[in-house]
Amino acid sequence: MAKLRLLFVKEAQASYISHLDLMRTFQRVFPRGGLELRHSQGFHPHPLISIVLPLPVGQSSDCELLDFEVEQDIDGTGIAEMLNEGLPAGLRVRSCYRVQRPARELALLRARLELDYDGGVPPGTTDALRELFSREEVLVEKRTKHKELTQLNVIPLLRSVEWTQEDALVRADVVVAAQNPGLNPALLASALTAALPQYAPDFARVRRIELYDAEGTVFR
Amino acid sequence: MDKKLERILPRVQKPARYVGGEYNAIMKDKTQVDTRVAFCFPDTYEIGMSNLGMRILYGVMNNMEGVWCERCFHPWGDMEEEMRKAQIPLYALESGDSIGEFDVIAFSVGYEMAFPALLNMLDLAGVPLRSAQRDALTPLVIAGGTAMYNCEPIADFLDLALLGEGEEQIVELLELYRQAKREGWDKAAFLRRACHIGGVYVPSLYDVSYHEDGTVAAITPRDGAPARVRKRIVTDMDKAYYPSKTIVPSTEIVQDRITLELFRGCIRGCRFCQAGYVYRPVRNRSRELCAQYARESVEDSGYQEMTLSSLSTSDYRGLVELCDELEPFCEQKHLNLSLPSLRADNFSMALMERLQKGRKTGLTFAPEAGTQRLRDAINKNLTEDDLLASCRRAFAGGYSAVKLYFMLGLPTETDEDVAAIADVAAHVMHAWRESASNKNRGVRITVSTSWFVPKPHTAFQWEPQISIEEYERRVALLRERINTKTVTYNWHPSPTSFMEAVLSRGDRRMCAVLEAVHRKGARLDAWEEYFSLPRWLEAFAECGLDPHFYANRSRAHGELMPWAHIDVGVSESFLMREHDRCHEGVTTPDCRSQCSGCGANCLIGRACDG
Ligand code: SF4
Repeated sequence: MAKLRLLFVKEAQASYISHLDLMRTFQRVFPRGGLELRHSQGFHPHPLISIVLPLPVGQSSDCELLDFEVEQDIDGTGIAEMLNEGLPAGLRVRSCYRVQRPARELALLRARLELDYDGGVPPGTTDALRELFSREEVLVEKRTKHKELTQLNVIPLLRSVEWTQEDALVRADVVVAAQNPGLNPALLASALTAALPQYAPDFARVRRIELYDAEGTVFR
Repeated sequence: MDKKLERILPRVQKPARYVGGEYNAIMKDKTQVDTRVAFCFPDTYEIGMSNLGMRILYGVMNNMEGVWCERCFHPWGDMEEEMRKAQIPLYALESGDSIGEFDVIAFSVGYEMAFPALLNMLDLAGVPLRSAQRDALTPLVIAGGTAMYNCEPIADFLDLALLGEGEEQIVELLELYRQAKREGWDKAAFLRRACHIGGVYVPSLYDVSYHEDGTVAAITPRDGAPARVRKRIVTDMDKAYYPSKTIVPSTEIVQDRITLELFRGCIRGCRFCQAGYVYRPVRNRSRELCAQYARESVEDSGYQEMTLSSLSTSDYRGLVELCDELEPFCEQKHLNLSLPSLRADNFSMALMERLQKGRKTGLTFAPEAGTQRLRDAINKNLTEDDLLASCRRAFAGGYSAVKLYFMLGLPTETDEDVAAIADVAAHVMHAWRESASNKNRGVRITVSTSWFVPKPHTAFQWEPQISIEEYERRVALLRERINTKTVTYNWHPSPTSFMEAVLSRGDRRMCAVLEAVHRKGARLDAWEEYFSLPRWLEAFAECGLDPHFYANRSRAHGELMPWAHIDVGVSESFLMREHDRCHEGVTTPDCRSQCSGCGANCLIGRACDG
């Protein structure tokens, strides 16, 4: 048996596949390639497969991680190529390797946030954004797991952010806390809309770019 | 991805069903094809993708060089609203292109309640509804599927309908279309030629006249169209295409598994069952081929669930042997086999136990009627002893839930028959007390009744549907009689069944009603969320038609049916005889025991497989 990890891209059409559906999809992808997933013990055995940091529906990513256990004793060589033959459009495995580091050491997430302004970016938007996110406290409404509304201060979870402007678009290169708790970069757009409605974008788009541990080293 | 779509997808439920890109979806270069087909299912993605016929024809059409067949489904209400607001026309999942620009828009229509969804899809595509409003050859709007055995209520909207199994005729039709396109024929010329392809029905080539009382006086073909259109079928199932390599949706659908079709047709001859008549005769796929397709499709898809599907699967000769043969493969692939329908006989029970292994959830039986007299009248060849023996065996084997399905309003039904349904449930309860292996778990018996809908091309096509008041009276009667806590009684106050009875035996005048109800907002009317009886009644009133004329009227054997020119292979005289035998309480043997001469063997030019 082996504990393996996939590093994969999720974009375009595939960004609309929900977390549960993605698990289901991978459960079918592995047997197609002749891989036999290990199952949990117990009354209702389920395949041992987990997605390290579920991606919100609609966002894309260059760096999704999926851990799984197979019956075969293999190190992952050739798996990426094999899986890529039978994946839905928008999913692409970059590499497959034995798990070296536990998922809990994943601490930071770099993402690109794009704000669309259909009527052009209002003058002063980037300045306003820089000012807003240098405050001590910026609150957004967020639903908890139990569907209750709570207030969340995004500042402690935001490690760095750089704003640039391009035609009808404002772009941010952000680094946020990845987990326990993590920050969904899309909430920066919600925070802007709540605090400074005159700069509210028409649409916000998020793409995950890279993962790091607490020291800022790339996490695999 | 289209920018407008990117904006709306985050706001709708289950967006994955609107983007395509699934494993095995067929992508072609649109500059390299000459014919583009939008294959439309007038219901949601989850329902449409669960349909085997759709998967078969998708494969058949895409196997044609120069043809690209793409899929299209009816959006759920939230998505429809967003699309209309953002002015996004209905698009095909593979290319994302608007289907209004395709060569052919082909619908697969399995049930009448999908008619409004068909119209709404044309509307969402920006295509004029009526065939007469579409002068050009393209887009050609066609439809197939079981509901087309009487497509008169939507005849004015279709350029043509395909009757029967589509595998062969769709290829011939598309070839003719390509010739028409190459040679620049106009639409009328194309349709005049198309009506000579077997199984192709061109409604505009038939004039229908009516008597003063509203019944059909004559159906007259024009321009050389055949007087009757006979359905097309695949005569040899071993030569029929099976989609071993098929789309695996990236989001959960209703039948999220492989469907392996063992045979077509049914030997049973239940008199109420439209499928039983219109899919005749029985044609078996060989066991070797079934096993081969099972392996291929599991290996290609990665699915771990497979249904052995057919109208009455346990009638397949060699079913046990097939399961035996597949067993090692199932073990190795962690594959679960299941049977969709179950006859309450010992044979299927034994098989069921084997297939289900540990998962002893519930069992479902459909006795349909409460007394032997009525079961004989509808030719449901099942005795209460069979049913109870199966239940005893199931309870002894550890099952603790049984679902029983019945119909109310079957021809000749009396209050005694209704009350007897409660007795059947009580006897099942008794069987549990006698034979349950573990009484601590208790037992759950569920009785469900539906409201009988008489269908065209059946022995009951002349019969009235009982009124809603009478249906509710019988429900109340039964509810009174079911008084143990362990028996749950389910019934639906389903006005949908009434409208189904109206539409299924409708004539061409009903096209006006369909158009009216569409304008009033009807769309996914097969869904309770969207169905509105008042809206339908208004539409009927506006068009001066009485829905009860269609649903609740007894027809005489001599009456010309609106679908009289549609030939499913079963003779009308056979249906009349079956109808008479119902009222005489006489059963007819199944096709395996004895051929009763229904006529359907003429479709295969040999004796039926049985
Ligand atoms: S021809 Fe005979 S065997 Fe064939 S379907 Fe009809 S009744 Fe059954």
